Amino acid sequence: MAEGTNYSADHVLEYPYVRSVGPVVGAFLTGLRDGKIVGIRGTGGKVVVPPTEYDPDTGEETSGMVDVGPEGTVTSWSWVPHPRPKHPLTTPFAWVLVRFDGADTSFLHVMPASGPDEVHTGMRVRPEFAPEADRVGHVNDIRHFVPVDAAS
Amino acid sequence: MSGFPELTSGHRPVGVVSFAQYDNVRREDAHNEVEMLMPVVAEVFGSIGITKDDVGFICSGSTDYLVGGPFSFVTALDAVGVWPPRAESHVEMDGAWALYEAWVLLQEGEIDAALVYCFGRSSPGDLSEIMALQLDPYYMAPLWPDPTSLAALQAQALIDSGRASESDFAAIASRARRSALANPKAQLAYDRSPEELLGEDYEVAPLRRHALPPLTDGCAAVVLAAGDRAYELCERPAFITGIDHRIETHAIGARDLTRSPSTQLAGEKAGVATKKVDQAELHAPYAHQEMILVDALNLSDDVALSPSGGALAANPMMSAGLIRIGESARAIWSGQADRAVAHATSGPCLQQNLVCVLEGV
Amino acid sequence: MTEPVTMMAATTRLDYVFTAGVAQSKNLHGLEEGKFIGQRCPKCKKVYTLSRGSCPVDGLPTDEIVELPNTGTVTTYCVVNVPFAGQSIEIPYICAQILLDGANLSFMGLIQEIPIDQIRMGLRVEAVWVEPDELGPTMASVKYFRPSGEPDAEFDSYKEYL
Repeated sequence: MAEGTNYSADHVLEYPYVRSVGPVVGAFLTGLRDGKIVGIRGTGGKVVVPPTEYDPDTGEETSGMVDVGPEGTVTSWSWVPHPRPKHPLTTPFAWVLVRFDGADTSFLHVMPASGPDEVHTGMRVRPEFAPEADRVGHVNDIRHFVPVDAAS
Repeated sequence: MSGFPELTSGHRPVGVVSFAQYDNVRREDAHNEVEMLMPVVAEVFGSIGITKDDVGFICSGSTDYLVGGPFSFVTALDAVGVWPPRAESHVEMDGAWALYEAWVLLQEGEIDAALVYCFGRSSPGDLSEIMALQLDPYYMAPLWPDPTSLAALQAQALIDSGRASESDFAAIASRARRSALANPKAQLAYDRSPEELLGEDYEVAPLRRHALPPLTDGCAAVVLAAGDRAYELCERPAFITGIDHRIETHAIGARDLTRSPSTQLAGEKAGVATKKVDQAELHAPYAHQEMILVDALNLSDDVALSPSGGALAANPMMSAGLIRIGESARAIWSGQADRAVAHATSGPCLQQNLVCVLEGV
Repeated sequence: MTEPVTMMAATTRLDYVFTAGVAQSKNLHGLEEGKFIGQRCPKCKKVYTLSRGSCPVDGLPTDEIVELPNTGTVTTYCVVNVPFAGQSIEIPYICAQILLDGANLSFMGLIQEIPIDQIRMGLRVEAVWVEPDELGPTMASVKYFRPSGEPDAEFDSYKEYL
């Protein structure tokens, strides 16, 4: 190349990490694998979903797993008209924060829809799980959310 | 010399005495980080007639993920020259937090001046993917939510609360970009009405293009000096009378996204409300976040908001917060303001916030 | 399927475009032409090879370009006996720090055409470049260094660069 050229090169970083999940996150992921949603009880009696080892309000240790959902309520949402390559869905979708029935915090996931008019805060939704054989204990064991009244 | 202001934080008056920033650009592909920083460091020292030998501490803020080079922050020190060996530190945070660390060290009284610098390039990688990796690795990062998607959840929650509308976001963006016309370092400045902006498409609804920050490559530097040394270097130092930073949980589903209790608490600790505020430089990358911050800091209507255009005018990662402090200091040096509030944020949806109150005497 | 989940795969890939910058681009252009480029600090006058554009001592731009010769001195070395992923050379091999004549900063290079037990500090070496049509803006343009046949350098001539 000519003198004065500014060189650039493609550079790829890959991190083949395998994370140990610990007992609390592990319980949630185990629940997903088994097709159910579990949370944990915080110090003030609040149920934290997805569960953390500590109460997000007080920082104190949480204890006692509880089953919640699987239905829940959308607490906020945003609409992605042009999904990015790494987004979970390839067609337009909504990010939804879902408060599972029995939970006091919200869980982030996605919900496909034909347009933003079909999504609103307060709507009732439920997770659509991947087939049992495909579930490994990962947030993607939930393929996406659907309105509660949607056909399976 | 005209004395020192009363301090809410600390016991030793420390002033911002110099500030420099790179031309904020969409893509700086001719120069590497060291080459970007060198002229900025030269300016921040040169404009007050000192050299690196005159500062007792160097603190920087950056994140190596932006360029994909582990420990790239170490090579960035070549822009300063650290021989003989220097007292130095680095935070994987915006430079505003590096400034906080330097301020703490200056409180101890061992040194009288410090250099703070920061740099961030959004262009080498895909910022939306890189920023997703700051999220909780079990529940959120595997879904790759980008910062705009998360900010849009926050904006929707604000709309649902009845405290804001899309028109408010457009009005903020319109005002910020118009202010930016007077800022020679602004990357994105225009004179367009809110009505016109509302005609734009959604990036991620309810956020239209105007409500988003530009993608920016940039860097910045500040010199802090304590006590009499501040007056030796600057006619009217911008003294830090209050500074505090607070963080909330990373779990966005466990927060009220329409409020910023961390900003509120930091503002209280920094003494924002103890006296009249002339202007506030708020690090609100997304237009709606300005409303949340104004609310949290309880700023009255007569406070000039982000006269530089704020992060909507230029948003160099790891630097836009320190630039808010630098711009505030500049307003005090010029006499445009006597008391200014600077704010910096980090993390998704205003998770972590720093508030710095600057005063001239 | 009753065992609790204890681990989670979290493979992550990020794609970047790395920008060399002005100074490194000059170095890379030199390699493409089969020569080493040095850059001199305007203050301390030291010449840096493979510089990123600044003097790490003075923090000043190293704007003055200096073409460096093909010859240099081994300041220190090691013999690699450990296999690792991605290794392209047969073990054992010699890895050395090489101080080019006229430079004030050494860099790492391979030493070949010398028995392993004869490598030593102070050895005078010369660069062996790839064929002209294989030259590129990369350190791979230098195949390796080999003994130049000159007498060893005096320790005092390179002791500052260890």
